[in-house]
Amino acid sequence: MNYIPVSDKDKKEMFESIGVKDTQELLSLQIPETLRVKKLNLDKGMSEQQLISLFKKYAQKNKSNLACFRGAGIYDHFVPSIVDEIIGRSEFWTAYTPYQAEASQGTLQAIFEYQSVMCELTGMECSNASMYDGATAVAEAILLAIRASRKNKVIISGALNPEYISVIETYTKNLNIEIVKIDIDSKTGALNKDTLNKFLDESVAAVVVQSPNFFGTIEDMQELSKISKDKKALFVAVVNPVSLGLLKAPGEYGADIAVGEGQVFGNQMYLGGSTFGFMAVTKALEWKMPGRIVGQTVDKDGKRGFVLTLQSREQHIRREKATSNICTNAALNSFAACVYAAYLGSQGIKELAQTNISKARYAFDKIKNIKGFVPLFDNAVFFNEFVFKTDKNIDKINEELLKENILGPIDLGKIDSKYKNCIMFAVTEKRTKQEIDKLAEILSRV
Amino acid sequence: MMNNNKTLNEIESNRSTVIVESDVELNANVDDKYKRTTVPNIPNISESTLLRHYTNLSRKNYALSTTMYPLGSCTMKHNPLVNEKIAKFDEFATIHPYQNEESMQGSLEVMYELQKDLCEISGMDYFTLQPAAGAHGEYTGLLIIAQYFKNKNEKRTKIIVPDSAHGTNPASAALSGFEIISLKSDENGIVSPEKLKEVLNGDVAAMMMTNPNTLGVFEKNIEEISKLIHDNGSLLYYDGANLNAVMGIIRPADIGFDVMHINLHKTFSTPHGGGGPGSGPVGVKAFLKECLPSPFVVKDGDTFKLSFNDKQKSIGAMKAFYGNFPVILKACAYIKSLGGEGLTQASKQAVINANYILSKLKSKVKVPAGNSCMHEFAMSLKGALGNDIKTLDVAKRLLDNGYYAPTIYFPLIVEEAMMIEPTETESKQTLDEFIDTLLNIIEESKTNPEVVHNAPVNTSVRRLNEVEAARKPKLHW
Amino acid sequence: MNTPNNLFYAKTHEWARKEGNKVYVGITDHAQHEITDIVHVELPEVGKKFDKEQPCAVVESVKSAFDIYCPVSGTIVEVNEELLSAPELINQSPYEKGYFFVLELANEEDFKSLMNAEQYTKSIEG
Repeated sequence: MNYIPVSDKDKKEMFESIGVKDTQELLSLQIPETLRVKKLNLDKGMSEQQLISLFKKYAQKNKSNLACFRGAGIYDHFVPSIVDEIIGRSEFWTAYTPYQAEASQGTLQAIFEYQSVMCELTGMECSNASMYDGATAVAEAILLAIRASRKNKVIISGALNPEYISVIETYTKNLNIEIVKIDIDSKTGALNKDTLNKFLDESVAAVVVQSPNFFGTIEDMQELSKISKDKKALFVAVVNPVSLGLLKAPGEYGADIAVGEGQVFGNQMYLGGSTFGFMAVTKALEWKMPGRIVGQTVDKDGKRGFVLTLQSREQHIRREKATSNICTNAALNSFAACVYAAYLGSQGIKELAQTNISKARYAFDKIKNIKGFVPLFDNAVFFNEFVFKTDKNIDKINEELLKENILGPIDLGKIDSKYKNCIMFAVTEKRTKQEIDKLAEILSRV
Repeated sequence: MMNNNKTLNEIESNRSTVIVESDVELNANVDDKYKRTTVPNIPNISESTLLRHYTNLSRKNYALSTTMYPLGSCTMKHNPLVNEKIAKFDEFATIHPYQNEESMQGSLEVMYELQKDLCEISGMDYFTLQPAAGAHGEYTGLLIIAQYFKNKNEKRTKIIVPDSAHGTNPASAALSGFEIISLKSDENGIVSPEKLKEVLNGDVAAMMMTNPNTLGVFEKNIEEISKLIHDNGSLLYYDGANLNAVMGIIRPADIGFDVMHINLHKTFSTPHGGGGPGSGPVGVKAFLKECLPSPFVVKDGDTFKLSFNDKQKSIGAMKAFYGNFPVILKACAYIKSLGGEGLTQASKQAVINANYILSKLKSKVKVPAGNSCMHEFAMSLKGALGNDIKTLDVAKRLLDNGYYAPTIYFPLIVEEAMMIEPTETESKQTLDEFIDTLLNIIEESKTNPEVVHNAPVNTSVRRLNEVEAARKPKLHW
Repeated sequence: MNTPNNLFYAKTHEWARKEGNKVYVGITDHAQHEITDIVHVELPEVGKKFDKEQPCAVVESVKSAFDIYCPVSGTIVEVNEELLSAPELINQSPYEKGYFFVLELANEEDFKSLMNAEQYTKSIEG
């Protein structure tokens, strides 16, 4: 197959206009012959039909459409039909970055609406147009805090998603930034405020806390934020948008930066590859924020319109002095989230959060009553994810579950040896009572 | 008439259905200290209203599906529909990243195939698919370079970036902890080995090059440059933004490059999505393999596995998990559908199309690069226009004529620059119409400057006040 | 172009006005005109020391950003915070309301290498 709409006759006329006899001569005007490659050693091209069967063949090697009780950063939420319909409009998905504002009002207004939705959800004043994913958003939040505070030490919670911690390490290691990781209380599964206080002093640029944290526990963000701000550190809240239908918004507890993974809103799991990071900040930080930002303005005739704004922060103008190197972001994925949030509305988002926590609690209670499973943390308040300790063979459990098309809990021991024999379950609104009962039934007989 | 100019929050409607229904009893009380007290102002509206809102908004966009996008250095080629269809397969969409490897062999195989094909196209030995965009790929590549010298216990602190480079080059180098040496291009807009010699010393870790460069010119001294760089113990980085010019024609690794990134959303036809997601795989020669981020996919007999580098020697992770999978999938499908010959043809036609436009415009405008180009060219409209009309005005007038505007005021080294990249997926008829339109606007600038100056008038809004937008930012409703 | 006689000028288009040991610093009318509509400034921290010709502030238009260099060395004692919410003051009143900051002069000698109004006017014409 190829997608070239130029006939041989056209080509001849084009060569005449250019003044060469063929492609060979044209290329030789630019590239020394000695540098040329003979041919690419790739398979022959194929027709659309052949291509579809090839990829169907790959697809069928996956064990897909499982009843998913696995989370740890990527979650199986239901995606309503309207999301696919709207982001599937070619006027959106084949459009370029909206640099020419007059020809891009659709994309620009959509981004403005996305930013508004994120501001409303997080309670913050300014949102950017998106980052690559939750992990890079947290890393960029740290760089932002360093820039704004002109200090170089950052405290991060040990219960940040380990994938995020790895990315933070990569992003900061060449930049003379000190990262101090503090552990959660092994009893409550949450950060202890006294522990945080012990590490805090005025040399700290920012404190980064995730809630619900990696283990699903809801942190006392109000308290942690207050302690941090008392020592003049910026407070960075890493949050799950689904939880914000029920839990305190970062703006309510005085966070300076709110970031997180947005996949949970309107994006399918795709091997963790259909993500976007969100970042929202206080007014004081808007000119220091990385990434694209859309603002409202008026045109020559006074009519409302939207443009990319505060652009002198960005790499295409500021080059090595830019607030970040980010250019392409995750626009279409964040647009999916905007459509999703708009479809649910504030009421639906609240119901979504309530349903998640209710189903998680239902599952938790079921599992707690099975012999051989003990909650890892006493009295932890969790959202839609929780941890059990078990003396059973975890691989065997997951093998049995998979036979019934259930993707079972994640084996935390494989991520951190400290958590050997610990398994973590995620329960979203998508899991039915029947699936949860089935899970419990299998767990009790393995 | 219906008013289609509302933002979401201004729409009054009512939810038509209960969206989330629980089949277990609601049990959602949490302690007050955790509980949200404010209600987010996100309207509750019906599906029908929402569908209209966004369908109408979509009509205010120019897009590849409605018009030609001659954007230099952006490679806005046709996004094949079959790739979109494949990317929607449920068997790919519903895979959790922490499934065990046996249960996601199909997804891993797709990644493996793309890694392998990109190696063949570029000549590199290994690829990581983790970077999420071009700039993210550059950042990855530069961290790899930093790590390489760290592993060798060698201190090198500087990166050479030609002044014609994309802004992301110096920004990525700075983020990686390097200082930037900006190298002036010579009078033909290319890197001069003589000037390079002046700035080369033991501090230089690497030089970044885009080849063909942003003027659309092939850096013909590349062999000499490569020798100078390598004799200095430094590495050579290839910015793959312009790879669409050279597939099957040259291979970056063969002509001296050690590290490179590729923009799948440019060269390999995946859609731009209004600004993302993209994907910026990074390829390296074998001696840099240990520095690659983890994980990548390897083949072991008939099975595919995730492989991890030694943590001490690798740069670590660039993002969570394995890369923007749907983008990877579409690019893989594109390569499989075209095959080696098809990819080569694509690049050749991209070069022909660009040269054809150039041949029709060169008597009217200044083209710093001269009489031929690769897949794109930069021209200067300085002196070509009448009555104080600027490049920006021409761009806006193109919008009135139904075209998206080319890249303007870039590269920075060309005054009143306009940069045109037609790609191989435009027909001769489309190119002819575009050329006529552009020539007509140049003529208008002399005979009827007002229409150019006032453009656009045919778009959903006219020129917008960017100054007020930045001075008094209104960033949400 | 307005170039007052009582000021000193740097070749990078900053002006300096001496008042006792204090020096007011801003950018020239010529500079604001070239930059066009200014939308944002970044000002230095009070208490920070700068050497002559060291970058100390940034001024931004919609499509560009420029470093501002300290015309003389000294310690920042005051910044013009009004510019943060009204950067247009630099366009409207570059020598009065649009000053950037005040510094305490470290070295009187630094003035010697600055230009007077006549020299500066000449330099921008050339």
